[in-house]
This record gives sequence, C-alpha cells and structure tokens, in this order.
Amino acid sequence: MTVASPNDFQDSLQPQGWLRYFSFSLDHKVIGIQYLVTGFIFYFIGGALAGVIRAELASPISDFVSRETYNEVLTLHGTVMIFLWIVPVVNGGFGNYLIPFYVGARDMAFPRLNAVAFWMIPPAGILLIGSYFITGAAQSGWTAYPPLSITTPALGQVVWIVSVLLLGGSSIFGGINFIATVLKLRRPGLKLMQLPMYCWAMLGTSILVVLSTPVLAGTLLLLSFDIVAHTGFFNPALGGNVVVYQHLFWFYSHPAVYIMVLPAFGLVSEILPIHARKPLFGYTTMVYSIMAIVVLGLVVWAHHMFTSGTPPWMRLFFTIATSFIAVPTGIKFFNWLATLWGGKLALNSAMLFSCAFIVNFVFGGITGVALAQVPFDIHVHDTYFVVGHFHYIVYGGTVFVIFASIYHWYPKFTGRMLNEDLGRLHFLLTFVGFNLCFAPQHWLGLNGMPRRVAEYDPSFTTLNQISSVGALLMAISSLPFLYNVLVSAFRGQVAGDNPWNALTPEWLTSSPPPVENWVGAAPLVEHPYGYGVDEDTLSLEAATGRDLWSGTGRR
Amino acid sequence: MTSLATSTSAVEAVTDEAHGGHADLRLFGLATFLVADGMTFAGFFAAYLTFRAVNPLPAGSTYELELLLPSINTMLLLVSSYTFHRSGRNLLLGRMGPCRNWLLLTAGLGAAFLAGQMVEYFTLPFGLTDNLFASTFYALTGFHGLHVTLGVICILLVWFQTRNGGRVTSAAPFGLEAAELYWHFVDGIWVVLYGILYLL
Repeated sequence: MTVASPNDFQDSLQPQGWLRYFSFSLDHKVIGIQYLVTGFIFYFIGGALAGVIRAELASPISDFVSRETYNEVLTLHGTVMIFLWIVPVVNGGFGNYLIPFYVGARDMAFPRLNAVAFWMIPPAGILLIGSYFITGAAQSGWTAYPPLSITTPALGQVVWIVSVLLLGGSSIFGGINFIATVLKLRRPGLKLMQLPMYCWAMLGTSILVVLSTPVLAGTLLLLSFDIVAHTGFFNPALGGNVVVYQHLFWFYSHPAVYIMVLPAFGLVSEILPIHARKPLFGYTTMVYSIMAIVVLGLVVWAHHMFTSGTPPWMRLFFTIATSFIAVPTGIKFFNWLATLWGGKLALNSAMLFSCAFIVNFVFGGITGVALAQVPFDIHVHDTYFVVGHFHYIVYGGTVFVIFASIYHWYPKFTGRMLNEDLGRLHFLLTFVGFNLCFAPQHWLGLNGMPRRVAEYDPSFTTLNQISSVGALLMAISSLPFLYNVLVSAFRGQVAGDNPWNALTPEWLTSSPPPVENWVGAAPLVEHPYGYGVDEDTLSLEAATGRDLWSGTGRR
Repeated sequence: MTSLATSTSAVEAVTDEAHGGHADLRLFGLATFLVADGMTFAGFFAAYLTFRAVNPLPAGSTYELELLLPSINTMLLLVSSYTFHRSGRNLLLGRMGPCRNWLLLTAGLGAAFLAGQMVEYFTLPFGLTDNLFASTFYALTGFHGLHVTLGVICILLVWFQTRNGGRVTSAAPFGLEAAELYWHFVDGIWVVLYGILYLL
C-alpha cells in the first residue's frame, strides 16, 4: 500500500515563504535549514562560553569568573557544542537537506517524525541554557561522572539530564528516519553501491545512533534516580559502582565521536571530487571503511577509562581495538589524498576548508592513536593533551567540514553565491586561530596541566595566553562569516542552478529546489562522481537540458 | 546534442511511477525503534549483571525472590502473545468479531500481569533504596512495567479502532500489526528479565 504524500497538505495548511522556517514544516529542506540555523545559534552561544573559559585561563588564578561559574560554563560549553551544534548540524541539518536528493526521493521516509525530531531541540536548548540563569547549571562536565554529578547542586544536574534525554530522543528519531530513507526509499533502479558517499556515512552514523544513544538514555535515567530518589546505582557510599556508569556512558559517548565525525567524512567526500574535477578515489574501500568504523566504534569505549581501575585484559583489548580504527580511517585519508592527486583543483573557500580538514584530522588522528596506548594515556589522562586532541578531531575535523559545506551548498540553499574574498579571510583567521588555540594545549597537557580546572600553575601562563589569543582570533573569524552569510542571501552573486558543475543529484534541479525537489521525475544518477569522462558530460546535458561544461558554467 | 540518446548515461531520466507516494515503511520504522528500545534494556541488563558480579550485597540481604507469582506472570505474558497472534490472524481473514475478542483477552492478560506486578511490589521485603539489588530490581521491572502499561493502552486503542467503521480493518491493518510487534517485543524482554532477575 502507499501512504499519502506530505505535499498533499502543503497547499492549505502549511505557511509559505519565510514563515515556513518557524512552522512545523514537513519539507525536508525546510527542516534541514531549521537544524542548520538553530545549530549555528547554539554554536555562537557555545563559542561565547568557550570565550569565557579562555578569558579565565588567560591568567593562572580564577579572577574572571568564580570557580563554580567556571564549572557551569565548561559543562554548558561541552554539552551545547556536542548535543546542540555538531550532532544536529552534521546529521539533522545536512542529512535532512541532502539525503532525499541523494536517494532520489521527494522527502524523508517519515516527514512528521522528522519535524518532531527537530522541534525537540529548541526546548532542550532553552532548558539547558535557561538552567544557568534560573537554578544554576550543572557543574559536572559533559560527562556527568558520578559521584561528582550526585554531589554538585541537584537541580541544575536534573535539568541537564532532561535536556540531554530530549536531545537523545531527537537524535534517535532522526537516525530511524535516515536508516529507512537510505535503505527503503531509494528511487527505483538506484543501487546501494551507486549512492553518494554521504548516504553511506549517514547510514553508518544512524546505526550508531540507534544502537548507542538508548544506552545513554537509560544510564541518565538511573543517574537521575540517584539524584532525586537517593538510590545508589552509581553512589559508592550506598554500595553502588561508579565504573559501571563510565562504561555505559562511554558506550554511547565514544560512538558519539563517530556520530560527529562520520557525517563530516561523508560531506568532505562530496566536496573534494567536485572541486578537484576527479572521481572519488576508492569508492568501495570508502564504503567498507565506514562500516568498519561503525563496528569497531562500538567496541573501543573503555579506552576512555584506562585510569579507572580497568583490569589488564581490558586495557589490552581496548588498546588493540582502538589502534585498529586507524586502519579504516587511514584508508579514507589516503583516498582523499588520491582524489586530490592530479586533480584540477579549484582552491575556493569550500576546498580550503576541506583540505584543512584533512590536515587537522590527521594530526588529531595521530594523537588519538597515541592516546590509545595505555602507558602514554596514563601519563596524559585528564590533561590538556586530551582537550587538544579532541578539539583537533571535532573542531579541526567536523567544524571545518561544516564551514566547507556551508560554502559548498549555500548556492543550493539560497540560489546565491557566498563572497569568496570574505570566505578566504574567514578561512585564514579560522585556520590560524584554531591551530594557535589548540596546538599549545598538547604541550600544556604533556607538562601536566589538568583539564576542567579554573586555576593552574603559573609556569603554564605563556602557553595558555597563546591559546587564548588563538581563541580570540577564532571569535573574530566568525565576523566575516556571519556578514557573508547574512548579506549574501540578499546581495550575493546569483549562482545559477549548478555553479560547481556537479554531478550529484541535488545539483540537477533548480537552486533553491522546488518543494517536490524535481519538476518531473527524479534523475537516476548511477555515477555521482563521474568527472572527467566524456559520456558523463554529455548525459548531464541530457538530464538538465543545459550545457554545463563551457562558457559561464565553469568557474 | 543528437548523440545524447546513445551515450552510456550517468544521469538518466525515467518516469516516476509512484509520484509523491511510497511503500508503507511504518512497521520498518517501528522495528528500528524497537532495536533502540531493546538497547536501553540491554544497557540496564549489563549494568545489573555487572553490579551482581562485582558489588557484594550488604550483610543480611539476598538475591532470593519469591518465584510463584512472577512465574504465573510470565505464563500470562506468553499466553497473551499467542492471543494477540490469534487476533491478528482473524483481522487478516476479515473476522472482526473474533479479532476484537482476542484483543480484549490480550489486554486483560496484560492488565492481570500488571496487577500481579503490583501485588509483588507490595509484598516484597525490600524497598527502592534498601540496597543495590533492590534499586536495580525496581528499575528493571518498573521500566518494563511502563512498557506493558503502554502496550495495554495501545491494545485498547486498537480495540476501539477495530469497531465497525474504525480505521483499522483487514485492508488497513497497520495499527494492530504495530501494537502486536510491540507486544511481542515487550514479552521477549520480560523472558530475558525473568531469567536474569528471578532465576539467576
């Protein structure tokens, strides 16, 4: 049987124009933009919180904010950046916008569930941020380890739990939708191994979301009982076991790293071939690498717990399993390099951010392999080395890809180009600021500066001040970006439908696309990366009815 | 442009047969959700088994539980899975009367299970915060009991929807099929729970 298209309701009940973005819209493109804009609002909130942290750490004593406030700020910074910025943007934002195009569908499999998933995010964010002003925010970091989370003020911690449960639920609903869409909603004739790489990345990510997020939800329920009802699951004073919390927490939160970074892998795999005018190198190995990362990602969580009294066999297993992840990740890394190799590179803003992603990510990956080794990990555990490492992965990796993707898909979203000069300025400031901010933290950590503490030994002052200057540069870098994004929507150069001469399906329609994604039938794209082959060039003309390869089409 | 028709196409337009519509994926979506829900239970089970392996109970406490009532409860749930199955078969055959009766019987068995659970809660020698095992016991059975409660509500809702002129018919059986899938899932979880909580 078939179910009615959501578009049947579009005419009479759904608001039109800009009001759509404030409505319970079922259009995947509207929902994607809703995720993106909401995510960026939280990015700037989380960035302001990071600014407070770096201002405080510019001097060794806690003079800028009190220690309690510092704890609240670092908890909010971590939670906002992970749950309200990166996860919603790389999954919900780009996923909702692009995946239906890539599978040749007119919407996601469950449009209503999709809208529900998005609208769980604003209340969760308001709860989390609001808790700071009303009751005092949680102070136990984004990990909420007991017994710390049981002994710090209860109200803020409970609000934090409610907020994370809402966001987890949103994430699970999104994951179900992506799995159904990629596996079941493909256009007739389109095979799995013909899908653009981002579909595979989102399929892998969604499997991780569906398998691991519920475990976090259950764990946080138990933690809330410990706080509210004074049970003793994770309270050693009542016979409980704190290490069990850590196991359950990291069973979600290590895959969460891949939930944040796999979609970025997918997005960058779309951007590189288009701007290098070459097919994506090693498509099949890319697919198997993603699936290998999904499987391995589920069995490496205890490498976060090498100092939690884990027995030797466990350390051995998790060290080896973690080191194995370097293999599929390395395959992807070399595939990207090979995609670039000999290509006709257009070094625009999207490409600059993508190439910087490769550099940053390999650096974060190398420190990650180092951290997987028990003797080294014990030395730097809970120091700034770890902070530097994961910011290279999450900021240098994922956030750089988010910026690359904004420059790449902005013409698709709005029909107008972003300004390239401002884009390059944004890139330069971000790249320098990012490395200035986070590279010194590796030295700080190796020398023993602990993370999550408002005060530090005065001998660490210089490196911390360099790091704070880098953070300031990163803050400044968002100004040209914001100006660019806001002004270009109205005054930017008109992009045309396919400014990059891309072959992936979302470009084979108008920019911005019509409500039903394509006027007429969806194109069957069997070779989404078929650049540099004559026949493909010709048939692209056939599909779009326009000559995309000469004259004004090529930048 | 004339050579286009013969070229090996990368992009080829074909007619969109099911314009704007697609196969019903709601059961697939529910099944995926139940995998997620099952992982929540798996997390609880793992926590409980680890607690049991490494955290000794305080002196005077015991893992022993009264077995009669929960065993009867287990039987009730297993039978209810069968009665729900009969209801579904009757729906597909278009026999609405038996279908609705089997549904009511299923809901009754679910309610009886919940009543039995209540009796057990009131007669147990320990409370929620007495020791780690007590807390885990109530968390696991309570979380499962919430699922059963939701299931009974769903069954009654489906029972209402199978009335003459309701939205669940043999041609549109989704509501009943979804409730049935969920109910079998909840029963399956109970069997594991019964095994590790009462028998172990």
